[in-house]
Amino acid sequence: MSMELELGLYVFVLATFLGFQVIRRVSPLLHTPLMSLTNAISAIAVVGSILVAGEQKTTLSTVLGTLAVTCSMINIVGGYLITYRMLRMFKKSGKGRS
Amino acid sequence: MIDSIIPLIYLAAAVSFILALMWLSAVATARRGVILGVAGMALAVGGTLLKPEIESYRWIAIAFVAGTAIGIPMAMMPMTAVPQRTALSHAFGALAAALVGTAEFYLRTPNLDRFTMGALSLEVLLGFLTFTASMMAFGKLQEILPTRPITYRGQNVINLSLLGLAAGAGAYLTARPEATWLFPVFGALALVFGVLLIIPIGGADMPTVISLLNSYAGLAAAAMGFVLNNKLLIIAGALDGSSGFILSVIMCRAMNRSFTNVLFGAFGQVQPDALSEKEQRAVRSATPEEAAGILQAAGLVIVVPGYGMAVAQAQHKVRELYDVLTKAGIEVKFAIHPVAGRMPGHMNVLLAEADIPYDKLMEMEDVNSEFPQADVALVIGANDVTNPAARHDRGSPIYGMPILDVDRARTVMVVKRSMSPGFAGIDNELYYMDRTLMVFGDAKGVVGNIVKELSGGR
Repeated sequence: MSMELELGLYVFVLATFLGFQVIRRVSPLLHTPLMSLTNAISAIAVVGSILVAGEQKTTLSTVLGTLAVTCSMINIVGGYLITYRMLRMFKKSGKGRS
Repeated sequence: MIDSIIPLIYLAAAVSFILALMWLSAVATARRGVILGVAGMALAVGGTLLKPEIESYRWIAIAFVAGTAIGIPMAMMPMTAVPQRTALSHAFGALAAALVGTAEFYLRTPNLDRFTMGALSLEVLLGFLTFTASMMAFGKLQEILPTRPITYRGQNVINLSLLGLAAGAGAYLTARPEATWLFPVFGALALVFGVLLIIPIGGADMPTVISLLNSYAGLAAAAMGFVLNNKLLIIAGALDGSSGFILSVIMCRAMNRSFTNVLFGAFGQVQPDALSEKEQRAVRSATPEEAAGILQAAGLVIVVPGYGMAVAQAQHKVRELYDVLTKAGIEVKFAIHPVAGRMPGHMNVLLAEADIPYDKLMEMEDVNSEFPQADVALVIGANDVTNPAARHDRGSPIYGMPILDVDRARTVMVVKRSMSPGFAGIDNELYYMDRTLMVFGDAKGVVGNIVKELSGGR
């Protein structure tokens, strides 16, 4: 097993454990915003997409990369915005009701 | 120089994502968490744009503009459409991963070592199957496609063999990355499997399935991290993967079902013989005026919202009802079942949108002890999650499912369009109890009439 792979697997397993611990604490009240936020975070695929679109090695890779950047960007913009919009709606009793 | 800074930028982005999720655990800090998440993403994108490998920014800029132009309207959708929107965004996320995987394959083949090719196969398989599966889920939630599960003979055998074929193709490609002819077949198998996977799944199982697709989209991004040897992708993908997985486990538990049962059980088919054999039992029905009279005399009212409330868009009328009752000194609480609606937390977001304070929204475990003290349990558009048969009827398909103990309230009022059964296709014995009053009609209209009666009567 290469060093890179070993390191990658360690990172993956530890991040998964951390994810379990962190997510378990999220109140069911916020499960919908949680899903839209994690969805925005997993649009981190934008990193790979930008490289493929920007390297311009072949026409095929540029086309696929550009499409991938578009898809990721939809999730980044849409995901964070809607999460913020939802969270702004949660109010406690007797506070800021019109 | 730049090359040694970029990893640090990525590390800072990873820390921001983790903190963003930690802060999401409570309403007070959640918005701060979102802002930190945005900062993390800005770091990740900015760092990537600095990479010297990038020859031209033209297509990247065009894609940024196009993505933003589509992303903003998707963020402005009404809260009732959030499940559909979420399914659609899972589709976009998974497609991005699959497309990058495809591009990487054609750029690098046959110079791919086994390990990288294995990760790439996984990325493409998960990406494409999650893409079509999420599009199907979107179609069902948007009701472009029938929401009832569609089953046929040998369905599970066909699905499993298709998945086996796709996995086999992926394994063959991992061993021989030079077999470029097989790659399109591999991608197509994954796409078709995604479609077939969702065909037998009914509306009531959508919370579990959406969570599972959320997890797959994250895992596809993590697999991309292995292909590109990028730890930030691995961390962000793993966080999303574990989050989706936890949510789907919570959903399964809330329905007392297993993963296999959700995916292959085709829950929610109408059982025609079971329905026709039942003799017509008598129910007591009430008018909105009578319902208003009972509510007026109550001290504690617990409202149980369900998917029917979302369909009828009745959440704003429910809020008016909450206002009138609260003003009259009546305590109002909301009981939220974990699987109420079409995605985790669906009801909470709808009621929050209608300006109902979130400290009145109670989880099942906390609210069940309060039903015996409640004068009225008002069920609006919820069905299976209130069926007492889940507690005692071993023959019932929902036996063992944790339910809201609505039947323990002094009076039960059910606002419902007709006597038709819920998504599980089973009769609800709650409706035949002596203390139950059925108020027939559209949830929005009925609740509106009750409000009118209550505010006019004083």
